[in-house]
Amino acid sequence: MFVNGLDQPFTPAPGQCLRTLLRDLGWFGVKKGCDSGDCGACTVLIDGAAVQSCLYPAWRAEGRQVTTIEGLDGVHPVQQGFLDAQGFQCGFCTPGMILTAAALTPAQRDELPVAMKGNLCRCTGYRAVADAVAGVCHVGAAPGHDPAPDAGAIVGGTARYTLDIDMPGLLHMRLLRSPHAHARVRSIETAAALAVPGVVAVYTHYDVPDRLYSTARHEDFRADPDDTRLLDDTMRHVGQRVAAVVAESAAAAEAGCAALEVGYDVLPAVFDPDAAMAPGAPVLHAKQGVRIAEPLRNIVGRVSRRTGDVEAGFARAAVIREITCDLPRAQHTALETHATIAWMDGDTLTVRSSTQVPFLVRTALADLLGVPAQQIRVLCGRVGGGFGGKQEMLTEDICAWATHRLGRPVQLELTRAEVFAATTTRHPMRVTVRAGAAADGSLTALSVDVTANAGAYGNHSATVLDHACAELMSLYRCHDTRVDGVAVYTNTVPSGAFRGYGLGQTLFALEQVIDMLAHDLNIDPVAFRRRAMIRPGDPISHGGLDDIEFGSYGLDQCLDLVAAGLAAGNDVPAPDGPDWCVGQGVALSMLATSPPFGHRAESRLHVAADGAFDLMVGTAEFGSGTSTVHVQVAAEMLGTTPQHIRLHRADTALVGYDTGAFGSTGTMIAARATEYAAGAMRSLILNAAAAASGCDVSACRLTEGGVLCGNRLLLLRDLPGAGAGLAVLRKADASPRSLSFNVHGFRVAVNRGTGAIVILRSVHAADAGRVINPMQCRGQIEGGVAQALGAHLFEALVIDASGTVANPEFRHYHIPTWADVPRTDVFFADTHDAFGPLGAKSMSEAPFNPVGAALANALADATKMRFTAPPFTADRVWALLAA
Amino acid sequence: MDLPQITAVMRPQSRAALPVWQAGHAYLAGGTWMFSEPQPATDTLVDLHALDWPALEVSEAGLRIGATCTIGALAAAPVIAPGTGTAHFPAHWLAARVIAPCCQALLGSFKIAAIATVGGNVCLALAASPMLALTVALDGVAVTWSVAGERTIPMVDFAIGPQQTVLGAGEVLRAIDLPSAALCRRAAMRQVSLTQHGRSAALLIATRDPAGPFALTITAATRYPLRLDWPAPPTEAALDDAIAALPPAVWYDDLHGQPAWRRHMTRRLAIELLMELA
Repeated sequence: MFVNGLDQPFTPAPGQCLRTLLRDLGWFGVKKGCDSGDCGACTVLIDGAAVQSCLYPAWRAEGRQVTTIEGLDGVHPVQQGFLDAQGFQCGFCTPGMILTAAALTPAQRDELPVAMKGNLCRCTGYRAVADAVAGVCHVGAAPGHDPAPDAGAIVGGTARYTLDIDMPGLLHMRLLRSPHAHARVRSIETAAALAVPGVVAVYTHYDVPDRLYSTARHEDFRADPDDTRLLDDTMRHVGQRVAAVVAESAAAAEAGCAALEVGYDVLPAVFDPDAAMAPGAPVLHAKQGVRIAEPLRNIVGRVSRRTGDVEAGFARAAVIREITCDLPRAQHTALETHATIAWMDGDTLTVRSSTQVPFLVRTALADLLGVPAQQIRVLCGRVGGGFGGKQEMLTEDICAWATHRLGRPVQLELTRAEVFAATTTRHPMRVTVRAGAAADGSLTALSVDVTANAGAYGNHSATVLDHACAELMSLYRCHDTRVDGVAVYTNTVPSGAFRGYGLGQTLFALEQVIDMLAHDLNIDPVAFRRRAMIRPGDPISHGGLDDIEFGSYGLDQCLDLVAAGLAAGNDVPAPDGPDWCVGQGVALSMLATSPPFGHRAESRLHVAADGAFDLMVGTAEFGSGTSTVHVQVAAEMLGTTPQHIRLHRADTALVGYDTGAFGSTGTMIAARATEYAAGAMRSLILNAAAAASGCDVSACRLTEGGVLCGNRLLLLRDLPGAGAGLAVLRKADASPRSLSFNVHGFRVAVNRGTGAIVILRSVHAADAGRVINPMQCRGQIEGGVAQALGAHLFEALVIDASGTVANPEFRHYHIPTWADVPRTDVFFADTHDAFGPLGAKSMSEAPFNPVGAALANALADATKMRFTAPPFTADRVWALLAA
Repeated sequence: MDLPQITAVMRPQSRAALPVWQAGHAYLAGGTWMFSEPQPATDTLVDLHALDWPALEVSEAGLRIGATCTIGALAAAPVIAPGTGTAHFPAHWLAARVIAPCCQALLGSFKIAAIATVGGNVCLALAASPMLALTVALDGVAVTWSVAGERTIPMVDFAIGPQQTVLGAGEVLRAIDLPSAALCRRAAMRQVSLTQHGRSAALLIATRDPAGPFALTITAATRYPLRLDWPAPPTEAALDDAIAALPPAVWYDDLHGQPAWRRHMTRRLAIELLMELA
């Protein structure tokens, strides 16, 4: 076998796929995304033909010419296209995208949605990928369109993700998982597993500390209930860890798991939140757990808030409408599965993981293992997508535990099926919204009830519930409101943090009720919103916290931009035929720019001996583009260009602290620390230059690579202190928080005879403050829209009668492909935030939130029926229309 | 994915070299399904590639599709220009027009189609198998080998449920013959999925013989392929009645479409096909 022209040692195991063989040879550009031929991340060329190497028996490659991403000569035109259009976000799918596109025939290039259906991207929504393949250039094409710092490495296949390192002596861990939704582990026989050749250790609940923690990670650990053990003697959902087997190879670890003999006492299980709260229901966390609202009723979190007198408000209403919506489970499906490699570096336990929160993982590991935090280092490579699913400690704990015990490097890589069936999901919710309006269209009363299915463990449930009920209640001006919510344990896969953090589910119901009220009052839905929506100065209810201020306000602009965008036409033509009906809808959303439980970040900045800047931040990069923002903010503040800034990130050894990248904080908080650091560095340099040159500080000006002191250019590398003393550290925190806004509009066609939906027009407007990199921010928005379309058009993680996830693979859990995602026109409000760095606001989670409601409103306008239970697949839509 | 339980791969080069069948053996064609799921019950793969069966053989009698012919090769065959050395089909094989679209109904992309085989697709016998639809609609006959010798099985009888066929243990599919008479009919196809270019929820092929007979093959919507035959094109009402009269248990119920909708779409698409071939 020749790989990229090199004759390679060829010793495939009988059942080995080519992907594993190539990665074992060090070709890390070959990615493992699904391991079942559905995602295309592992695509390579074999004798010039594109092949998904996870499905290709390794032995068949004998004598063949294999080309991986690393082997595309120089800069292949397709690679250049991905650089020019920035056709990626996390970049994990990019090698497969590039190699597939490079192998297309002209005829296939004419039908890209078909030709590329075997390549999944969860981040971009495919527009940027399409532009890359078509050769459309965006980088450098407009102010702020700076490329991502890792762009070259991503398209070249040299970007290193979590497991893309060579680790001599590496052991592999596999987990035995519960087949029962609720059971007590009566016995575990480990002798046969330990006898499997290559098995090094087996861990069960007998071996681990009886310590409770939460897999959810927040700045304030008290935000989440402690209800989870490293390995428990009680199984609360199908797929829960029963035991861990560590072995010299993944195959031996898997054989070890198969050899474990476990006796279970099966217990009654409950899957529905209402049933779980009923008297006599099985109790999931009766005897253990901290910060659980009502353990005996399975209620993990509760929200109950009032403003004014809601009944009086309804009494004043001219019209009252109510809707109950059921939102299903959705999975993040970041293309890189959860994974960790842990090893000992001297006395330091070093943990490389696919996480959004390396510092919070370090704190949790210190508590769990009883090791001082100073002796634990957590770092990230590039992370292959997050979406909230990696604001959670799901592999690091058990992997680090094993390394700590064994003193040897251990790797745990979850399979795609494990991600689907045993990590976390978006919260399924039942949401009832009742609202009243006066004849003039003002809201007189708003009443909301939420039941969230927490799954078997509490992790993010209390905070997601809180957030689902927070901004929601202030989006419209209404004095008299009531919201009650519960998050309820059931014997199902745990729910967790997911882009939008609960708000998308509740907005789905609220924004439909707003349309219904407008319809009753015969007021245009856009005009109704314009009158009733929040304005600067209005009170903001956010769980009793008073740290939100209008740092800027662009909701009015966003609504106007979407209304104008819908009016402008430019639709895909509606299909012909008598069964098609057309409608349009809009929806609003509002999001605090940072989480409410505190959030801190630090940036360090040095002038290196070569005169470049070394910028060190804690933030992990998983595709949201914060790296680009850090570099651009620093470059702007320092009067230089991004090429002079070397970014180092996501390593607890680099900076003192960083809460992590979640709640859209990458720009709002971490980049603000960078703004402060760069500002301080500017003063430091100017003073040093003034002293060195004898010029007055006011006569010194930063420029690319140096300081202009009067007429004289002093190079940074020649400044006293370059490479040593010219260094600063600055911190930022989350207060005060500002507000970002998003509005989405759709025009859709619905076929009454088949249930099919065609999106004719999709328009999104965002108030992101000053948009530092419009190209990248547009990409974030398109990706959020695509992910939300998936969640409302196709996606539902199905739990069967035994409590098992029935569709733990991409072929049965359809995420949007190239063909599924319409073009979305993206507009930005023109605002400048008082609190965000350089006037910017966050824009990662927010675009997801209004999309489902806008779609439901458009469907209702077309069909005159309300759609309350996504996903809106043709069979379900037809069933409703035909009923 | 890696299949760590596999301890041996056999690559027989002739029929005589096919192994004595044992529990744990599995035939391997393209491998696109075999390597897509854990295979805990399999320890030995019997790779059919080295048997080197011809992909496509065109004769007066019709088209022989070798079981290891890839779906991609079959899709390309009708449009390959003469003189390229690859099969190209006689112009009077009117039904060949449904071959390429049927191949494209595969859930997998062109990368999968280039490796997945026609034989593998029918032997896997998923409800959505497009090669089952094609070969049932075109009067296909399977030729199989086993220790008992060679036998033929009409493709309409080949699959009896999702991932269930009439093949015995160790019986291997050698080829599928499509008779010339079937290929000379006019044919049309309809496919519907819950997602763009996704897994078929209903895949129908209708054929009309110049001598009169009309046939409708229903797959994907049903648990196994169904074929309805008329001596002459039925009326819309008769066609609809025939579909409506199918027993409720035939309609497939999985995550890719509710049975009532599949049945509804089948009726709708069948009428479209009848009109197209009118």
